[in-house]
Amino acid sequence: MNYIVAIKNNQTIPLKDIPEQSYTTFLETNINLLKDRDDRHCVNYFGFGVGDTVRLFCCIADDSMHQIYLSSCVINKGTTLNSFSKFNLNFEKFEREISENFGIRYTDHPWFKPVRYPFNRFDKSKSISEYPFYNVDSEELHEVGVGPVHAGIIEPGHFRFICNGEQIMHLEIQLGYQHRGIEQLFLQKKSLLERTILAESIAGDTTVGHTTAFANLWESLAGYQSPEDLQFSRTLALELERIAIHTGDLSALCTDIAYQLGSSVFGRLRTPIVNYFQEWSGNRLAKGLIRVGKTNFPYNDQLAKRLESVFVAYEPDFNEMCTKLFKLPSALSRFERTGVVTLDEVKSIGTVGMAARMSGLNRDIRLSHPHNLYTTFEHQPIIKHHGDVYSRAQIRREEIWQSINYIKSLISKVPEFKRVVEPDLKPQANAFALSLVEGWRGEICHCAITNDKGELALYKVKDPSFHNWLALAQAVRNNEISDFPICNKSFNLSYCGHDL
Amino acid sequence: MFDNIKILYHQGKQFIPNVKTVEVPGVFRGRPIISTVNVDNQVLVSVCPLGAIEVSPVRINLGKCNFCGECSFKFPEKVKFTKDYKLASNTPEGLIVTEGIDKPIQLDDSIIRPEIRKLFKGSLKLRQVSAAGDNSCELELNASNNVQFDVSRFGIEFVASPRHADGVVITGPISQNMATALQITYDAIPEPKMVILIGVDAISGGIFAGSPALDRSFIEKYKPDLYIPGNPVHPLSFINGLLSLLGK
Repeated sequence: MNYIVAIKNNQTIPLKDIPEQSYTTFLETNINLLKDRDDRHCVNYFGFGVGDTVRLFCCIADDSMHQIYLSSCVINKGTTLNSFSKFNLNFEKFEREISENFGIRYTDHPWFKPVRYPFNRFDKSKSISEYPFYNVDSEELHEVGVGPVHAGIIEPGHFRFICNGEQIMHLEIQLGYQHRGIEQLFLQKKSLLERTILAESIAGDTTVGHTTAFANLWESLAGYQSPEDLQFSRTLALELERIAIHTGDLSALCTDIAYQLGSSVFGRLRTPIVNYFQEWSGNRLAKGLIRVGKTNFPYNDQLAKRLESVFVAYEPDFNEMCTKLFKLPSALSRFERTGVVTLDEVKSIGTVGMAARMSGLNRDIRLSHPHNLYTTFEHQPIIKHHGDVYSRAQIRREEIWQSINYIKSLISKVPEFKRVVEPDLKPQANAFALSLVEGWRGEICHCAITNDKGELALYKVKDPSFHNWLALAQAVRNNEISDFPICNKSFNLSYCGHDL
Repeated sequence: MFDNIKILYHQGKQFIPNVKTVEVPGVFRGRPIISTVNVDNQVLVSVCPLGAIEVSPVRINLGKCNFCGECSFKFPEKVKFTKDYKLASNTPEGLIVTEGIDKPIQLDDSIIRPEIRKLFKGSLKLRQVSAAGDNSCELELNASNNVQFDVSRFGIEFVASPRHADGVVITGPISQNMATALQITYDAIPEPKMVILIGVDAISGGIFAGSPALDRSFIEKYKPDLYIPGNPVHPLSFINGLLSLLGK
């Protein structure tokens, strides 16, 4: 008997082909898949509620085999179970989410707490103001509570520090304030355009990433092979988004160490990149650029020439500023050995994207499960080994260089954009589809299930931040509380992508 | 020291000298113009994913519009988005663009509370609250502080504490989970104070309108002083909206 079925990224399979097992086998299968295998991790684990039962789906990505292993198990809502998390912390937040949505109780979960207080949670008796914080009864230690409203123009979340003097002993991050009910809205909104706009709004800083994941997934569900020009737009936009955000974050890192010159120069260098998005698509954050099965903004040689000139102006100023910043003793003394997360820790947490590559864990969907035009070239992920703020800053600098090179090679041969008739994109009935995209933060995973009429029955979104928030909490331990801002900015995790 | 000066010199002149007249690059989708050409109105209404289009006469409510431009792609002869980034109004009616009328969107000066211009014209401090915003308007508000847009040259600044603020700037459709924090922030701002809504999500809920996870009672309770449409709001829309409100 098969316990799992293997699929490729962006593949749709009949729902009945996913093996169903007893919970004990389901647990053993998935734990064994991950045992001592760093090239495998859980990309999504969620429940699909039908009446009083829940069908759990576990998706384990195998980076060496370029496959995703699916398995499932049906249980009753409100049951008590043994947790996966006891054996592997990768599942920690997924199980909390399953519990929050379906009232499953885990007997041996190490950190059994709410995730985001969604409007459709199983137990509505508690609200977000009653989150059970970890606390220590001590005369020596004190607590610092920050948020949900922060001292800046950023999204809301609550940070509860337990400190010994200036030193952080423990940080607990409570999210959920941004919850808008996105997954439910995907089912309520019936038109493709409405759903595309929802995907654009999952996280506005990753507009291209999430919309590409949605578009790839929907085209797969409908059995439509999108032409090269659409693949080209999405790949180009993903790399541009990476450059824009990394540049902005280098600026923010400089702001947080009070380095005015770096803050201003990187801040202004972000503008030509986002303005280029506007020249191409009419929106500085590329909202409206990615559409399923079509594009409203065909790319052409004129736009390519324009982008070359943007880089001609960008590169010398960027390089000059980087040379200065990465040699500046006062900056390095704040970056180096601050906010360290070790390789063992990132493996245990199961971080993805930049938050894995900073500590030597090679996790990059562009290489392991390539999508769009990443299938056509060999991507070399940028890997650092110290897991500190400096490593994260280096990754941003080097990924910008790398993205510029990729883009230059992409736009050297712009495919012909044909005005095609919009394809009829009707999803297959009783199907399961999974789409992985490497956004600038890391791996984005969208999953969809359709019913017997081919209508959407479940839409599941996972932003890389869902894995990575715990790494931030780990990073600040034993650091001074004044270093929290640079630790936070060096990760720049998404609140709305997490809260949905 | 010399390399610092060299870096400074290499930046050239970055700031936008006149934020009221500068032209934005590319194909920016700003204030739409609706022609009087007859099209299939039913299709026109249905093409809008956010229900921003109404008919007889044809109108686009910019408070509901997310500037995706789909109506203009479908009916280029009917709807055209211009590069006019001055989109702010102080009334919901002011955000409605009607067919056949091509005129700038302006504030209704007669209903601006006298204390706003009297007290805040020289210096305006704002507290921003992201209430389930998707971080796009937040990025653009941060950008309005950079060396290019430089909103602080007009005495307009974002502050950390609501106690230092003259008003609250809201982004996002306001989730249930954020409703209390927004109220507490508002209460902490000393009188007189303003409420400014940034972006389609804050003004009407946008694509999230009607979601059971929202609690928009705050908007019903306090009359906003300024609505700035956009998805996200362009820094120039934000700056010009505030300048009009302050009479600068």
